[in-house]
Amino acid sequence: MNAIEFILSGMLAAATPFLLAALGELVAERSGVLNLGVEGTMAFGAALGFIVVYNGGGHVLGFVAASLGGVLLSLLFAFVTLGLRANQVATGLAIGILGLGLSAFYGKPYESFTVSGIGKIAVPGLSDIPVVGGLFAQDIVVWLALGTTVVLWYVLAHTKLGLLLRAVGENPKAANSIGYPVVLIRLGAVAFGGAMAGIAGAYASTIYTPLWADGMIAGRGWIAVALVVFGTWMVGRVFWGACLFGAVSLGGIAAQTAGLSVPSQLLTSLPYLVTIIVLGVISSNRTLLKINGVPSLGEPFEK
Amino acid sequence: MTTPLLSLRGVSKSYGPVHANSGVDLDVAPGAIHAILGENGAGKSTLMKLIYGVESPDAGEILWDGAPVQIASPAAARRLGIGMVFQHFSLFETLTVVENVSLVVPGTKQELTERIMLFGREFGLEVDPLAHVHTLSVGERQRVEIIRCLLADPKLLILDEPTSVLPPQSAQKLFETLRRLAGRGVSILFISHKLEEIRSICSHATILRSGKVTGNVTPKDFDTHELAKMMIGRDMPAFARPKEMEQGASCLEIAGLTLETDDPFAVSLRDISLRVREGEILGIAGVSGNGQSELAAAISGETPLPRSMRDSIAMMGRNVSLLGAAGRRKLGFAFVPEDRLGQGAVPELSLVKNGLLTAHARGLKQGGLVRYGRARAFAKDCINAFDVRTPGPDAEAGALSGGNLQKFIVGREIMLEPKLLFLNQPTWGVDVGAASAIRKRLIELRNSGCAVLVISEEIEELFELADHIQVLNEGRLSERLKTSETRPEDIGRYMIESAEAAE
Repeated sequence: MNAIEFILSGMLAAATPFLLAALGELVAERSGVLNLGVEGTMAFGAALGFIVVYNGGGHVLGFVAASLGGVLLSLLFAFVTLGLRANQVATGLAIGILGLGLSAFYGKPYESFTVSGIGKIAVPGLSDIPVVGGLFAQDIVVWLALGTTVVLWYVLAHTKLGLLLRAVGENPKAANSIGYPVVLIRLGAVAFGGAMAGIAGAYASTIYTPLWADGMIAGRGWIAVALVVFGTWMVGRVFWGACLFGAVSLGGIAAQTAGLSVPSQLLTSLPYLVTIIVLGVISSNRTLLKINGVPSLGEPFEK
Repeated sequence: MTTPLLSLRGVSKSYGPVHANSGVDLDVAPGAIHAILGENGAGKSTLMKLIYGVESPDAGEILWDGAPVQIASPAAARRLGIGMVFQHFSLFETLTVVENVSLVVPGTKQELTERIMLFGREFGLEVDPLAHVHTLSVGERQRVEIIRCLLADPKLLILDEPTSVLPPQSAQKLFETLRRLAGRGVSILFISHKLEEIRSICSHATILRSGKVTGNVTPKDFDTHELAKMMIGRDMPAFARPKEMEQGASCLEIAGLTLETDDPFAVSLRDISLRVREGEILGIAGVSGNGQSELAAAISGETPLPRSMRDSIAMMGRNVSLLGAAGRRKLGFAFVPEDRLGQGAVPELSLVKNGLLTAHARGLKQGGLVRYGRARAFAKDCINAFDVRTPGPDAEAGALSGGNLQKFIVGREIMLEPKLLFLNQPTWGVDVGAASAIRKRLIELRNSGCAVLVISEEIEELFELADHIQVLNEGRLSERLKTSETRPEDIGRYMIESAEAAE
């Protein structure tokens, strides 16, 4: 298997934790709430998912537990920021640290344990094509993540619910004045974001690398937050961004196995370097940011 | 008499020690165009917020069709059949017209698009349903707001200062629409402080002063002078056009200034040329959003000019195109920005410190340290000389009323003894008394030989103040008009010129 085949076949699975968490954060941010607790929420979900799967609960139950854990943390965040109107940045950071701490605490007895992953579902015919065939053999969660991406794109672009979400993020006062419950809508968006982050964590700990190690999320939550800005709050761009990060992280591994004499620390920092460059390029396009940006992002709503 | 559609009985609302409304009674008949008349700060907006459910009254009762109701939220108001067109629109700029409408009115995009076109033709509210709101002019946005309200089939339509954003000709068009609506039995609450327009379209008027109802009249039976007296509680200050001054050297000269912007919500300036001389007031008329903010930032020095424009702005005979805001102030330029809270003053700081912001060079500091004694004296002088009503120089700027803070900011800039004073919307949201005091000061300043440039939306204000007027429309500046030889309708024509050409 050469490097290109290796990257193509693994790219989507590597992208899935980024993608799921970023889509959740995208929904929250579109409603005007900046939740920086994604990293911790993912870690918490990863720990819960791993514990359930390790104790024989199965992957479905593991993912349910992880998403509920994510919702729980995000509701705590929502209570403080939407209910008490605290600063979203500070609260998000605190919740994130709390999530990391909880995952370390509950995960401690399971350190270095492994579980078995799940099998891949191949698209008959397509998966036999040379070189690109690997793209079409993925596990069920990857297929579901791709489905979710399409559904979310459709909802945001073509349904009233999507319009409402964008409206609340653009001008919460106006949304309130035409009769919509701004805080409730934001609460829903934040809870969705929490559930997605939890699921993203569980995917990382029980399927992508099915073993528990403290700190295994390793900055993926932060990349997800960056991806949302990177994708200028558009589903399609976030998807391509996640794929890019998936590919770049695999590229590092491929380079190591090929025996390139580049220090591994430098290679693992590659995705972050790409983030910084892309963010810089995107921020220079003001038109794009104005049209798709979220003016009320991070600001508490007051009538 | 038929049952009023909406009745208020003894409605009161206080914010801390301020009685925004006390014991207000109001009856709106079905199909009436009913004016709420009052100057800034009289409690009109609070009253509308109570009716539209944004705020709840402390005391009193609201009756709808004769039955008592609690209007707890805008959603509840809408369910009753109350629609409101806000002064600062509640539209979503990144969505299209039809998407904005669909957030309020049920139906598919297809159906709504057709209904918007149909309504547009019927009521003279034409607008492209598929356009994004941020591409529309202010007048078009107002049409979208009104259509959005009307499609929800309201029984009562509230319009908050609807003509403040419209050129006179478009205002006439709006009145025609309102008359047709009233003819269909829709009641209209029309909030305004413009007396002429209330006389021309309203069948009833309720006058508010300091939160209390001071009169219920039929506006056609009174002339504007009598209405004004009821509104402000005393005679309007008499006004005489200042006499012509000998005009001296040029203090501001802009030649062919073009500024492209890549911000889709901003306006590009095109070939702007103007000149202000000593002893002259030049007024820039036009509806907000036609490039006023961009022009103001270019003149104040906040927007750096591109190199191709390096010869476009001169002050006091010197090319200042590449100078920043501080450099221009050093030459004797002073500036009163549009936004009092945030740009003109820092709300959280005391008046003493706010005085320091621009007056620091007048001996208020030494070796980089502030001389508080002098700073306090400066603020005190400003408070006394410009009749700023405040507990003292240590009061927070944000605690002052709009009118008093504006008097302080204008006073601060005048005390710098500028050669060129530039004001952007100097009396916006300022009560009548403070506004006329500020205008009086500006004329005195002009008579003492200062060059003054004023951007204002209020045509009446410019006619009081300016020797010459130029109209800003879609980033272009009209020719120079001599105020004494120009009528308001002429200004209005310049305000909508290219918009009409496009239609």
